Amino acid sequence: MTYEGWILLTACLVGISCGMVGCFLIVRRMTMLADAISHSVLLGIVLAFLVANSLNGIYMLIGATIIGLVTTFAIQSLHNSGVQEDASIGIVFTTFFAIGVILISLFARDVHLDVEHALMGEIAFIPWNTFTLLGIEIPKATGMLLSISLFALLVILMFYKELKLTSFDAALAVTLGLPVTLIHYLLMGLVSITSVGSFDAVGAVLVVSMLVVPGACAYLLTDRLSVMLLYSCLFGAASAISGYYGALLLDASISGSMSASGGILFLLTWIFSPSYGLLRRYRTMTTS
Amino acid sequence: MMQYMWNALLYQPNAQWVVLSTMLLGIASGVLGSFALLKKQSLIGDAVAHAALPGICIAYLFTGEKQLLVLLLGATATGLLATYLIQLITATTTIKKDAAICLILSVFFGAGIVLLSRITQQAGGNKSGLDHFIFGQAAAMTRNDVYTMAGVASGLILLAFLLFKEWKLLIFDPDFAKNSGLPVGLLETLFSTLLVITVVIGIQAVGVILMAALLIIPAISARYWTDRLGWMIFIAGSIGALSGIAGALISTISTGLATGPLIVVTAAGCFIVSFTIGPKRGLIQKMMAHRVHADRLKEESV
Repeated sequence: MTYEGWILLTACLVGISCGMVGCFLIVRRMTMLADAISHSVLLGIVLAFLVANSLNGIYMLIGATIIGLVTTFAIQSLHNSGVQEDASIGIVFTTFFAIGVILISLFARDVHLDVEHALMGEIAFIPWNTFTLLGIEIPKATGMLLSISLFALLVILMFYKELKLTSFDAALAVTLGLPVTLIHYLLMGLVSITSVGSFDAVGAVLVVSMLVVPGACAYLLTDRLSVMLLYSCLFGAASAISGYYGALLLDASISGSMSASGGILFLLTWIFSPSYGLLRRYRTMTTS
Repeated sequence: MMQYMWNALLYQPNAQWVVLSTMLLGIASGVLGSFALLKKQSLIGDAVAHAALPGICIAYLFTGEKQLLVLLLGATATGLLATYLIQLITATTTIKKDAAICLILSVFFGAGIVLLSRITQQAGGNKSGLDHFIFGQAAAMTRNDVYTMAGVASGLILLAFLLFKEWKLLIFDPDFAKNSGLPVGLLETLFSTLLVITVVIGIQAVGVILMAALLIIPAISARYWTDRLGWMIFIAGSIGALSGIAGALISTISTGLATGPLIVVTAAGCFIVSFTIGPKRGLIQKMMAHRVHADRLKEESV
């Protein structure tokens, strides 16, 4: 595959995996938790680097997942002890992120893990770091994202009913004896894993937009969760591809451009959505 | 290390100014943050801070120079646009507020990164120092920047002081405020504008990503010390000031240390202290109350 092909494939995988997971965050009203996790993932990656002294993807994945779950747990504990929810999110992720940045600037300044990379990702460098599988040279990040996407898809397919029920009627789920807390942490684990997978491509901060924007577009187009998941993947891939070519056109940051083109897609959906769009709203207001 | 920080504070006029301005910034964000916390608008600050980045870049692209006041105007414009869009999305669609905040925050930040990468590729763009806005580098501020920041921060503190009674009423009894003829809409708008300005002046020292922390952490820490709004604002302001001073001083030790994260970590330290020993709902206080309660139960049952 060509150099550009690998980049596009990786970007699409970011859009698809984040898009799937993001839908659940939106319907569960937990997007700010995703914002928090995607920021504190940085700390997990730095700690993994300091402990294992290597930039191997597996260590990063483990470190980030642990810190992601710690973040969720810390936010939950603060909330339980009486701090209002938005404030507990705000305290935890900013502190973790700040510690992460300080650690990078103290210990990891000379390696590839610089702050800029952590923030914005460097998808253009992905095809340089490869491994060989069945005689094909595959970029490491692409391989990791592919496995993460498949894993996320598998989890969602296996626990679709449970995820759906706990998202829309948590009280019923509790009375039916579903492990609501476990599913909560499962989802948060998925968010951490997709965040790390997308780390090389879009960085710690902009992964939020890949998590939230496609789902929000899909949310405006359908009332069915399964359809929403499908649309969300399509929007994720669309913003990844259009963002990549937008960045080439403008000679600008690819991850920023992916996020911005997601914003444009949302704006279009917001205006033209047949069921919830602004145009339809306007028309029904003027006719009635 | 202490020696070095004292030297910086005592003999370097620039360091003194930087410390003064981060202190004023800490007070302003502690005060405004207290109101924001009670109005449950803490995370709006996060969105505004991220949304300020494209504004800064657009202002720079228009004027071609790093004039802080102009950059702040740009940042305020996009910050206000972001708050307006968040309200519009929640009002016209079924999307909830948290998703709207997240969406606006990340899309604006992405647009900011696009513009920033364009600017750094221009000739001379590397020297623009705009990338300092992401993490904040108080030490990189010029004398003029410091004057601007200190001036605006003092103005914010003064205004919050003057409007204290009105905002208090607005938070705790909005219906009464409306009935007693207060211009509620105007006061609300004024509050959001001042909140946006606080975020914007903090960006150079603390950076766009971490500015939200300065609004949230001092305010929530203060809640563990008092139930009275006046005291809460005073304590939040003090914690903000302390974090600002400490962060700026520690960052003078080495050039690579960004000021923002250090300020945030100091504030987080204050939070942990407040959370454990704070006389109102602090951890130790709660445990004592629990024990007293358990003892009484035991006595009564005997």
